[in-house]
Amino acid sequence: MRRLTVLAALVALGVVLSLVSMAAGRVWVPLSDWTDPSDPRWAIVFELRLPRTLLCVAVGAALGMSGAAMQGYTRNPLADPGALGVSAMAALGAVLTLYLGAGASQPWMIAAAAMAGALIAVLLLLALSGSASSIVTFILAGVILQTVAGAGVALALSLAPNPWAVNEIVNWLMGSLADRSMAEVQMALPLIAVGCGLLLLIGRGLDALTLGETGARSLGINMTATRWLLAIGVALTAGASVAVTGVIGFVGLIVPHLLRPLVGARPGGLLIPSAIGGAVLVLAADIAVRLTPAAGEVKLGVAMAVLGGPFFFALLLSLRKRIA
Amino acid sequence: MSRLSARAISVRLGDKLAVDEVTASFEAGSVTAILGPNGAGKSTLLACLAGLRKPLSGHVRLDDVGLLAMAPRARARRIGFIPQTPEIAWAVEARILVGLGRTPFIGASGLSLEDAAAIDRAMAAAGVEALADRDVTTLSGGERGRVLIARALAGDPEWLLADEPLTGLDPGHQLDAGGLFRAMAHDQGRGVVLTLHDLSLAARIADRIVVMAEGRILADGPPVEALSPEVLAAAYDIEARHVTGASGPLIEIVGRGR
Repeated sequence: MRRLTVLAALVALGVVLSLVSMAAGRVWVPLSDWTDPSDPRWAIVFELRLPRTLLCVAVGAALGMSGAAMQGYTRNPLADPGALGVSAMAALGAVLTLYLGAGASQPWMIAAAAMAGALIAVLLLLALSGSASSIVTFILAGVILQTVAGAGVALALSLAPNPWAVNEIVNWLMGSLADRSMAEVQMALPLIAVGCGLLLLIGRGLDALTLGETGARSLGINMTATRWLLAIGVALTAGASVAVTGVIGFVGLIVPHLLRPLVGARPGGLLIPSAIGGAVLVLAADIAVRLTPAAGEVKLGVAMAVLGGPFFFALLLSLRKRIA
Repeated sequence: MSRLSARAISVRLGDKLAVDEVTASFEAGSVTAILGPNGAGKSTLLACLAGLRKPLSGHVRLDDVGLLAMAPRARARRIGFIPQTPEIAWAVEARILVGLGRTPFIGASGLSLEDAAAIDRAMAAAGVEALADRDVTTLSGGERGRVLIARALAGDPEWLLADEPLTGLDPGHQLDAGGLFRAMAHDQGRGVVLTLHDLSLAARIADRIVVMAEGRILADGPPVEALSPEVLAAAYDIEARHVTGASGPLIEIVGRGR
């Protein structure tokens, strides 16, 4: 009952924020002016802002759900594609295509490379930290991936052929949803939908993992299948998100943590609420950066990091006893 | 009557044979306790019997079907397992944890009325109805142990294999849980296999006792025979004697052997 109330409230919030996201910006277009296609503002709402709003929802849902799934699988509340280096590895894949020039000619190459990077990252994480899932080894494995991916990106930047290429890569890395078109929506949406579908399939397995890996196996859960569905699901959701928006961290970390007291800690039951919650968070953050008075627009990825960094720190403080 | 049998199974852990060519057969309808010193291979044997560990050689059969050839879900419906020191990762309510026992039965639509009824029965049988809405991470060790027993009962399994299920329970609840295991075996015809450490408690609960040491079975039979002073001296290096108490045979540990 309470769960349904929270879900309904989240959906309502998401719808309201979506409408605000389409109305808000340098030119404010109230809902009453949306009906006239001859009005120049119609084009602003439906051709410029609609793709951005759709991407906010899709990317937010993707990051929220993949964070919840990773936390459930690892039984670690600090797991998140951003924090554990999955997004960074996806970014490295994308940057390599940009650097080699393949990204410019074939936009889907960026997505494919980002997903490949994310898949490699998840598989390495699972291999580096093993099934025992100690929080410390997981975080260390994430630190290694983060560092390696960062070094790879730095190498690509230092070897970049010209300053414009550097500028393009740096801008893209910071994570933003500005100036996106329907082409990006069409590319990312199906990949994210399939990825979320795969993650939903392992909901029962994640629930059973509450009892640890032996417990889950004794309940008939196929751990090999669960591991692969998780890896591919996270690669699709996080990889496609990074491909269209760059790195936006902390969504998958913050959202499940905030929702756990509201909808219960059962990891399978947290997947859908986290997807909706992620969409709400990214919509809100994107509206906030658009309305922030500044010379240029603050990058969404930067804004999320400003918000998420202290949150991560506070979470770490509250978990201090468990980790030590 | 259902039968769970291990034939000549060996398991290697590191460079040591944790289970060394063990052959044992268990019949439904009785309670068997596996005893032995630390590192004797009790837990490893139990994991093999539950189909959770592949032996290096030999095989485990449930009614003439190889356990590893069964689909995991089908196996999970027939064999319930309680691991030693079970992990509980998230702060969920006790009823939700017990509900995880229904995992092998749950379809796409979630918990059915039948599932809910099975959960209620299991919680009543384990005496944890009052804890239903409590966060499991705030329960005491003994309360958590009983919730985990209820979790295993919720799957209504033909076989219950439990690795030290009585550790951390107070004497009253140890007796309750022991009585529950006996009722499951004697009244409901299930097979129950437990690993235990308390000799007298094992003698009181189990119909049959298997004593292991260094990966092999040292003795196998009715409690008083399997726990003879000679066997206990060989297995644990202790001097023990049988005392007849009001509740039945008690095993008094006199001291270290020799």
